[in-house]
Amino acid sequence: MAELTREDVRHLAGLARIELSDAEQDRMVGELGVILESVATVQQSPIEGVEPMSHPMPIVNVTRPDVVRPSLTPEAALAGAPEVDQQRFSVPRILDQE
Amino acid sequence: MTNELTRASAADLAHLLATREVSAVEVTQAHLDRTDAVDGAVHAYLHVDGQGALAQAAEVDRRRRDGEDLHELAGVPIAVKDVMATEGLPTTAGSRMLQGWIPPYDATVVARLRAAGMPILGKTNMDEFAMGSSTEHSAYGPSHNPWDLDRIPGGSGGGSSAVLASFQAPLATGTDTGGSIRQPAAVTGTVGTKPTYGGVSRYGLIALASSLDQAGPCARTVLDTALLHAVMAGHDPMDSTSINAVVPDVVGAARRAEVKGMRIGIVRELTGEGFQDGVQARFDESVQHLVDAGAEVVEVSCPNFTAALAAYYLILPSEASSNLAKFDAMRYGLRVLPEGIDEPSAEQVMAATREAGFGDEVKRRIILGTYALSSGYYDAYYGSAQKVRRLIFDDFARAFEAADVLVSPTAPTTAFKLGDKLDDPMAMYLNDIATIPANLAGVPGMSLPSGLADEDGLPTGFQILAPAMKDDRLYAVGAALEQRLVASWGGPLLDRAPSLATGAPTTTKEA
Repeated sequence: MAELTREDVRHLAGLARIELSDAEQDRMVGELGVILESVATVQQSPIEGVEPMSHPMPIVNVTRPDVVRPSLTPEAALAGAPEVDQQRFSVPRILDQE
Repeated sequence: MTNELTRASAADLAHLLATREVSAVEVTQAHLDRTDAVDGAVHAYLHVDGQGALAQAAEVDRRRRDGEDLHELAGVPIAVKDVMATEGLPTTAGSRMLQGWIPPYDATVVARLRAAGMPILGKTNMDEFAMGSSTEHSAYGPSHNPWDLDRIPGGSGGGSSAVLASFQAPLATGTDTGGSIRQPAAVTGTVGTKPTYGGVSRYGLIALASSLDQAGPCARTVLDTALLHAVMAGHDPMDSTSINAVVPDVVGAARRAEVKGMRIGIVRELTGEGFQDGVQARFDESVQHLVDAGAEVVEVSCPNFTAALAAYYLILPSEASSNLAKFDAMRYGLRVLPEGIDEPSAEQVMAATREAGFGDEVKRRIILGTYALSSGYYDAYYGSAQKVRRLIFDDFARAFEAADVLVSPTAPTTAFKLGDKLDDPMAMYLNDIATIPANLAGVPGMSLPSGLADEDGLPTGFQILAPAMKDDRLYAVGAALEQRLVASWGGPLLDRAPSLATGAPTTTKEA
């Protein structure tokens, strides 16, 4: 398995939308390297031809009756928002400037 | 009387309340007073709701006076892990990200507690988003083990275990993704159960790893744990993974405490090497108690359990990286603007917020999960881990053909010192080596105290595992063992814990 580099960590942090300081990146390269070496041992188990298991219970296609029921008021739903404008979540710009 | 009320079991309190020897307000006030006296040193609670709890208690007292038909546990107060949404009460999951957040709704589990008339004393401390085995990853400072305040109370549910072991509440809720109910129980001399996956609703629980998370009961006795289990469990249409079936009769099993003719399987891979001598010694004695009670002991092998930790630390971060994407600074929780950028974009705000709002362990696991799921690595990491998960599931199926329950020590060691493993993530992860297989397979597990280790005088835990939907077997075996152990000790193990109540707090309280 390829070694995890500082550039990899920077890239992964970007994908995960976490800004990391240089010091954090340095520390994480080492820590994740140790963890990855350990978890990579899953490949040494006798997994050839084994069906992957994503969930412990074989319950599928669960639905409930399509009926109106009580739900949060707009005020309650917005109560924890960092910023509200005209009964809506107010967010920073979502497009690049230009 | 106050002291007696805080040391009483939930079952005894329920009896005293039903016979009107005490009021719910008296019981609740006694526990709030105890918190005032000891929680400066223990730091088990992130939030105490004295007023709310007393109001709920007064309402139960009124309804009882009016002759209403009340739930058995009505008026018995409870502490709720801070990972469960509580309408009107702060819910942080131990994270800066949710500091000050007040949920607009109750988790189903919390709604059931309220419906049963159980006053909610407060919210208990935990590792941030339930990632950890010590509470040291809480953004609000660690909780302390009531047996030795310099030691960890386990994690992630260390606040709940510490509340019980310091007699601040007779009952508490927990969630267990890889051992977060059972390991804290083991290191504090208390009891905790992870029910069958899907046995208790996950609606309103802040998700860590959705295919592993399971809420469950925490208490000081097996019967109390069963009583709370019965309140929390049952089908919930709001959770699509909730099992639509009758809840196993856990209370009946705990009361019968019958193990005659049961086959108890010792898991070869979860004993011996890697387990502290005193932990192993108390485990061996407990097995002998079960034999004396009429159980039959067999040894079983689950060869793939040795790969469980590795599979878990791929599956969990993968699911967590996805679940925690919801903390995006847009709809609730923290929003931090990046420095030095005029008019930042939404993505820049997200990245700055997640940098400021998440602690080190959370960042580590999100990035690990992002890596395990990224194209080119998916098959080697996440894909392989899912296959190992199947092998572990199959190991359980084979073992349960030879045995009715499986047993092991809950945790490899007694409580370690705060700070000892904080800088070594892999050493911290090893705490969960015996508890993780149950989460991967979805089977139920319990930890109950098995005694004190000779070398350090600290509590040790005994784990029982049962097939899916056979949660009642945990309680049959647990109650039978508890009876014999308590008789051999001459009283509950927690009678030997320091009283804590005298004098000033021995440690400074964190923020």
